[in-house]
Amino acid sequence: MDVCPAKNKSETRLKALNMASQPPLREPERDNWNFFLTLPELDRRLIKISSIRQQQVQEPLFEFSGACSGCGETPYVKLVSQLFGDRALIANATGCSSIYGGNLPTTPWTKNAEGRGPAWSNSLFEDNAEFGLGFRLSIDKQRDQARHLLVGLASQLGDELVTPILEAEQKTEPDIFDQRERVEALKARLREIDSPDARFLLTLADTLVKKSVWIIGGDGWAYDIGYGGLDHVLASGHDVNALVLDTEVYSNTGGQMSKSTPRAAVAKFAAGGKPIGKKDLGLMAMSYGTIYVASVAMGAKDEHTLKAFLEAEAYDGPSLIIAYSHCIAHGINMETGMRNQKAAVDTGQWLLYRFNPERTLRGENPLILDSRAPKAPLEQYLNMENRFKMLGKTHPDTAKTLFAEAQRDVTARWRMYDYLASRTTEGGAE
Amino acid sequence: MTATAPMKTPMDLRTHYLGMHLRTPLVASAGPLSEDIGNIRKLEDAGISAVVLYSLFEEQITKERLDLNRHLNAGTNSYAEALSYFPEPSQYRVGPEEYLEHVRRAKEAVAIPVIASLNGSTDGGWVAHARDLQDAGADAIELNIYSIATDPDRTAADIEQSYVDVVHNVSDVVTIPIAVKLSPFFSSLANVALRMEAAGARGLVLFNRFYQPDIDLEELEVVPNLLLSTPQAMRLPLRWIAILRGQRGLSLAATSGVHWAHDVLKLLMVGADVTMLCSTLLKHGIDTVRTIEQGVVEWMEKHEYESVRQMQGSMSQRSCPNPTAFERAQYIKTLQSYRPSGR
Repeated sequence: MDVCPAKNKSETRLKALNMASQPPLREPERDNWNFFLTLPELDRRLIKISSIRQQQVQEPLFEFSGACSGCGETPYVKLVSQLFGDRALIANATGCSSIYGGNLPTTPWTKNAEGRGPAWSNSLFEDNAEFGLGFRLSIDKQRDQARHLLVGLASQLGDELVTPILEAEQKTEPDIFDQRERVEALKARLREIDSPDARFLLTLADTLVKKSVWIIGGDGWAYDIGYGGLDHVLASGHDVNALVLDTEVYSNTGGQMSKSTPRAAVAKFAAGGKPIGKKDLGLMAMSYGTIYVASVAMGAKDEHTLKAFLEAEAYDGPSLIIAYSHCIAHGINMETGMRNQKAAVDTGQWLLYRFNPERTLRGENPLILDSRAPKAPLEQYLNMENRFKMLGKTHPDTAKTLFAEAQRDVTARWRMYDYLASRTTEGGAE
Repeated sequence: MTATAPMKTPMDLRTHYLGMHLRTPLVASAGPLSEDIGNIRKLEDAGISAVVLYSLFEEQITKERLDLNRHLNAGTNSYAEALSYFPEPSQYRVGPEEYLEHVRRAKEAVAIPVIASLNGSTDGGWVAHARDLQDAGADAIELNIYSIATDPDRTAADIEQSYVDVVHNVSDVVTIPIAVKLSPFFSSLANVALRMEAAGARGLVLFNRFYQPDIDLEELEVVPNLLLSTPQAMRLPLRWIAILRGQRGLSLAATSGVHWAHDVLKLLMVGADVTMLCSTLLKHGIDTVRTIEQGVVEWMEKHEYESVRQMQGSMSQRSCPNPTAFERAQYIKTLQSYRPSGR
């Protein structure tokens, strides 16, 4: 329970959540669990979702996955499910997330008391972005058709019902809630009208509530096998959100090197340490200027992660979130993986930033560098992880060279991002 | 006719430690400075007469090996698609190779004696690495074998015996001299010193300083907190070196609180063969060695001493005019002489 911040004031080894031997607790906790399930969920409209302390109360619609204990990916997936799960469509690339996300015949994806939950499906490695784009195009077409029918039926439905539905902004939870109420009212009215258009609109009415499309996968998908498709989809301009669960290695198939694997890391196909640096996927996406791009690490700054997810979803266009995900294939203590995330950010190995094209429209620099200048040498982080450390045990001379080069990578990358984030933009703002 | 000043003879600062002839009694104690070969060269240039390298910890050898094995094999054979997560290396170096390489490089880099430091408390396989240190070129080994005893079922005698066993086993596998770095927390330090000598120790390093934990009030966590020594810390080795000098023929090194020339002089007078510097070098820089040596020479000249050997032990318990002063834990006169200032 490394991440639980609430400590017992009389016995500080205890926290609000504690690990304990399970067998003696099963029976008593069964009753507690059943009681817990009877507690009503908080009204989503009352939760300030921009505050992590409040947001985490949102009901997760992803639970009991088959991931490794301490998995670094699942907290991000859970976050998506909490924030947008009741109106999300998820295209999941093949990889760890498709296995723990679809450990058939069960599924960790679930629904809330109203019966709403994410629609989820798994595609191939090489076409997941396109698969998700298909969701978006299909929904948009259905929504356009619904709006067209709604306008046509306005005289029978009444402007007081139709106009608010057509003009709803749906930017906040209360907005979404109100739109759902209006759509329910619309559906009730449609059932009273005996016409082909009314019956057709009844099948499409739910698309009038804003849907959130998420394209999820690992770095093997995003950096390597599915990269061409991801690039194509991001360049299409459509409103999709790509979430890259970046473990910097092919985790599900047993730790093969990907183009995300950092310099000096030992992986299969890089037993002597990866000799070249990590591909900068975020920078490549930023070069379009029209894609929302964020690089996050929940263990380093959870509020920043939350902000990036909210901004990405709110951005009316393609978004890319690259999320540092510690992994069993890093050779680390998975109980304290969040500390590794923090160390990665503190040493500059992983940058926190947000690139929001909407800022450009306001004359502002679109890039905000959210991490501070490295405050510790990179080696401090590298020595926390056996994927780097083992290089010193197997190829000590190579380790020295690659560690030094990795430090130079980090320094140069920080300087470049610092420059990009601080330069004066065309509009004159810093 | 012009008058010429008499040729000034350099002060004789020579001393012996663990059978080694040293130019001065100023030795660099185990610390972070020696992690860098460049610093070891600078220490030699500044006049240090021997260097004790940073410690190779027992846990580095055993725990690190276990951790590496555990983390590299975690999850192995759990999933059909990922039977393992790391390539199988042909050869691993999970012992003290890096440290041994450091010893070799240090020996190549400087002419002064290089003393390796082994830190541990159990009589495990790590002890055998003492031989590797010798083979790597170390001139001597400093054994740091104290641990915090918390098991109420283990008696002081058991613990002392385990330390004696470690010294005995190390001395069995090496021919270079061994010094044992002790803590002051023994009921009968004089007896422990006797037993260490019998087990094969050629010298004692007095005393070890420990990281005393601190409390982080905000995080409610116990945190390690390194405090550098202050000159006051030298009072403890001063007392015990004074007592032991007369009892044992062992080499005695003073460490803890040795900051300036007068600290060195006092410790030499009570019987130290060498004085070990660490905190003062970290605080004030490596060049402090020159300042201290110069201070020692100036004081000796001013007070007409001829050599370090002349003053060594001159104020030990056996040689000083009031030997009971070293044995009194509570001194009425001292206690009563202190008066609080102010109102």
